Amino acid sequence: MQKIGVFVCHCGTNIAGTVDVKAVAEALGKEPGVVFSAEYPYMCSEAGQNLIKNAIKDYGLTGIVVCSCSPRMHEATFRKTAAAAGLNSYMVEIANIREQCSWIHKDIKVATEKAIVLGRTAIAKVALNTPLTASSSPVVKRALVIGGGIAGIQTALDIADAGYEVDIVEKEPTIGGKMAQIDKTFPTLDCAACILTPKMVDCAQNEKIHIYSYSEVESVKGFVGNFTVSIKKKARYVDETKCTGCGLCTEKCPMKKTPNLFNLGLDNRSAIYIPFAQAIPKVATIDADYCNMLKNGKCGVCSKVCAAGAIDYKQKDQIIEEKYGAIVVATGFNPIKLDGYDEFAYNESPDVVTSLELERLMNAAGPNGGTLLRPSDKTHPKTIVFVQCVGSRDTTDCGKPYCSKICCMYTAKHAMLIRDKYPDTEVYVFYIDVRTPGKNFDEFYRRAVEEYGVHYIKGMVGKVMPQPDGKLLVRAADLIMNEQVMINADMVVLAAAIEPDKTARPLATMLTASMDTNDFFTEAHPKLRPVESPTAGIFLSGVCQGPKDIPETVAQASAAAAKVIGLLAKDKLLSNPCVAHSDENLCNGCSSCERVCPYGAISYVDKEFRMPDRTTKIRRVASVNAAVCQGCGACTVACPSGAMDLSGFSNKQIMAEVDAICR
Amino acid sequence: MNNNLKEEIIRTSGVNVLKCMRCGKCSGTCPSYGEMEYHPHQFVYMVEKGEIDKLMDSPSIYKCLSCFACVERCPRGVEPAKIVEAVRLAATRRQGGNHLTAEEIPCIVDDDTPGQLLVSAFRKYKK
Amino acid sequence: MTFSYYPGCTLKTKAKELDGYARRSAEALGITLDELADWQCCGGVYTTAKDEIATKLSSVRALMSAKKEGNALVTLCSACHNVIKQTKHELDTNDDMNLRASNYMGCNAREAADTEVIHYLEMLRDVVGFDKIKEKVVNPLTGRKIAAYYGCLLLRPGKTMQFDNPENPKIIEDFIRAIGATPVIYPMRNECCGGYITVKDAEAAKKNSTAVHESAAGFGADCIITACPLCRYNLIKAESPIPVIYFTELLAEALGVK
Repeated sequence: MQKIGVFVCHCGTNIAGTVDVKAVAEALGKEPGVVFSAEYPYMCSEAGQNLIKNAIKDYGLTGIVVCSCSPRMHEATFRKTAAAAGLNSYMVEIANIREQCSWIHKDIKVATEKAIVLGRTAIAKVALNTPLTASSSPVVKRALVIGGGIAGIQTALDIADAGYEVDIVEKEPTIGGKMAQIDKTFPTLDCAACILTPKMVDCAQNEKIHIYSYSEVESVKGFVGNFTVSIKKKARYVDETKCTGCGLCTEKCPMKKTPNLFNLGLDNRSAIYIPFAQAIPKVATIDADYCNMLKNGKCGVCSKVCAAGAIDYKQKDQIIEEKYGAIVVATGFNPIKLDGYDEFAYNESPDVVTSLELERLMNAAGPNGGTLLRPSDKTHPKTIVFVQCVGSRDTTDCGKPYCSKICCMYTAKHAMLIRDKYPDTEVYVFYIDVRTPGKNFDEFYRRAVEEYGVHYIKGMVGKVMPQPDGKLLVRAADLIMNEQVMINADMVVLAAAIEPDKTARPLATMLTASMDTNDFFTEAHPKLRPVESPTAGIFLSGVCQGPKDIPETVAQASAAAAKVIGLLAKDKLLSNPCVAHSDENLCNGCSSCERVCPYGAISYVDKEFRMPDRTTKIRRVASVNAAVCQGCGACTVACPSGAMDLSGFSNKQIMAEVDAICR
Repeated sequence: MNNNLKEEIIRTSGVNVLKCMRCGKCSGTCPSYGEMEYHPHQFVYMVEKGEIDKLMDSPSIYKCLSCFACVERCPRGVEPAKIVEAVRLAATRRQGGNHLTAEEIPCIVDDDTPGQLLVSAFRKYKK
Repeated sequence: MTFSYYPGCTLKTKAKELDGYARRSAEALGITLDELADWQCCGGVYTTAKDEIATKLSSVRALMSAKKEGNALVTLCSACHNVIKQTKHELDTNDDMNLRASNYMGCNAREAADTEVIHYLEMLRDVVGFDKIKEKVVNPLTGRKIAAYYGCLLLRPGKTMQFDNPENPKIIEDFIRAIGATPVIYPMRNECCGGYITVKDAEAAKKNSTAVHESAAGFGADCIITACPLCRYNLIKAESPIPVIYFTELLAEALGVK
């Protein structure tokens, strides 16, 4: 017979404000098997935990139920409390009467009744709990960083600094990401390349770091401490080990009309290319969509001029398998496509550009060598209009409901840089709000207004109308003047919303890491565990988790690295004992469980069975690898014969809970 | 502040004025802006404030072209034109609220006036 | 192929040519336009107010009779198209409208929303196909630079009309290419002509229309085409320096049935 203790937490007024905790403790005290029931203001406090420990000892409790907050919050706490008092940690059940009860109800009577039902359910379950023991598994001392932008670079450098091996997988031919495309950084206006490229070189030179450029993650298996990852190294048709990065092939390649994606298509490059001068690795790549040799078998110029003999037109995609203890997602962002905003004439006029395109137009390594010329006729723009919040804070189908966070500051930067370099150019910024929370941010924006004479106008642009003379007529609201203004501009710059890179969604599926409705990765706790995914062993770095600027990205990147180092420093990890197991006598060998298992934890083995007539029969039965099983329970639902069961969440326990609710 | 009227406008327009983030794009795009005393963004805000009488008494309600540019371009799906329509209807439905009468028509029509124009104008300006 | 056809009042009086050329061209393209019996005026403008039911009933009736004929309903005048399509959408999405319209009409008004409503231009694009029209052109309008004037009613509200990209439409431009001419893209092609406001404030309407034809002429158009009699009226009143004609006239000309 179980001896169960019930502990009802007030959580200050969080629970007690809506739930009559005394009534709950009293009602649950009368449940069968319950020998002790009490309530306390803060059960997670030291005094509260002592109350539990003492009751376990005094009453010889065999199981406890804590009616409190979500188990995501304090299950681990109360398991430790039980263990300290000599009770197996898995003889603890949490009834969530805060998130699932007091916070969502207003009526005390209704909430109290529900809290009692939730408590009763947990009691029914704990009565059937059995003590479980966690086993341990080793940790592979190597980390994978997916994405080689500033976030991935910083995370990799920090992990390597602690002495662990780390691999970066970058889908582009070079690491560097968006920061490599940016001209200057706010609020200090230092050159982005000058502070980024040394870090890129550090990555290349660090013995502990291996860069898989032009590569993508194909599949992920395993679990925290022991992931197996397939990486596809895409064919770049150049042998990385031989190419010296001399660039002769890019000069001689006759296919000069290939859109230069690094410059966002604002100019052209050759079909064989090195994205930019400081690329890491500095190795050429052939764009198969434009290379005449790969398309038609005619040309071969690059191969002829390459002294190193690095060109390999027959190169194929290559799959590499590696083991990792931890994975960091640093997949970054892109500006949204502006197809839904044709009122701004982005698709109609080359002189309407996005802010990232403006970065390239102003960059010394950009299409105009750093001279700001409007794309249509290469003349100096005399009037430039900036439009903020294009697609941000936008609840229509083509926009994003969130604030992209970085646009206010980079627009102030652009406006200031233009006014500094070209004092004759008038700059107008249409804004809804100017958001500048950050160190020296508001001061920076004010400098744009007060020292550089940028015209900030509160209001939104309604329409951009290209004119026959090549100008852009901008119609907008000036809400403070209560006027509609018309500005005849030479260029219009749109601060397009940013969104997570499209590769993040399939990656999240591979990693079983959760995402929000905007495809940003979800953190384990929005305040207290901001760089961990809820999936153990998966960490988050940079904009893949939410919009952020460079300093924030770097801070989060280092935080993610610290978490990875903390994990890799352990020799062994305790595994979750709530795993599936199969009753071999009931298993009919149908493979249903094997098909639904997302972790590949189930395999089938041939086993000998002694039959009642003393003969031996060989049957095919399911076998669960407890180290790989994550306890999701999919197999127990799929199993038609009821052979599969989950320790800690057995079918019997679940049914007992349902019965308790329906009683 | 006229809460009865405010409720009526919100009900008949079907618009949730609280979705507005006050960017002013509606007014930045309105082709009739120059003709109006109160502009599209003010219509939305004044309905939120319950200042319906002022709007009903303003000639601005007859200046909206129902071109729906504001509706199409609003980043929050607020639909200002529907607010203007609801306020204008509330005004024309009042006794003596007609903005156009049959007697005026002979002075307005010419040889080319399409029937469509007169039907539309009566729908918009007269109850 | 047979469609029910809703011409609308103005096409029977001041815009007879819009209708006449449309019918002749349809015939040349192998399309039968079967005019609905006893159709009534659509009202010219759609009233967005939730409590306006009676003003929408003529559209419900038109939709219902097309359903009885078992045909999709083809419209031609932009205003009629807008009113009927928005009414159909309201029937599809607003239970209160359904209930009240049903009470007025003594039938299940929701059934009227089953009727597919397509504009003559959509019929050309989706049923006939612009490639097919190109083949049938006997009189290509080569060298003509034509500005498509969409106005508001065909395009907005975009979610309901589902006609084309409301900010950067291309259906009339594609039509212009199909008949051998060159389309002129200009930013005012989807801005309002001034509409009904001309009744009370001709000057305000004129400002809008002038902006439209100046923009079209500025980009080198030698002619503006439209599907709306009111747009055409306003543009002509604003002394457009270039001719403003119905798109069906050019179609008939190109097909050799003018």
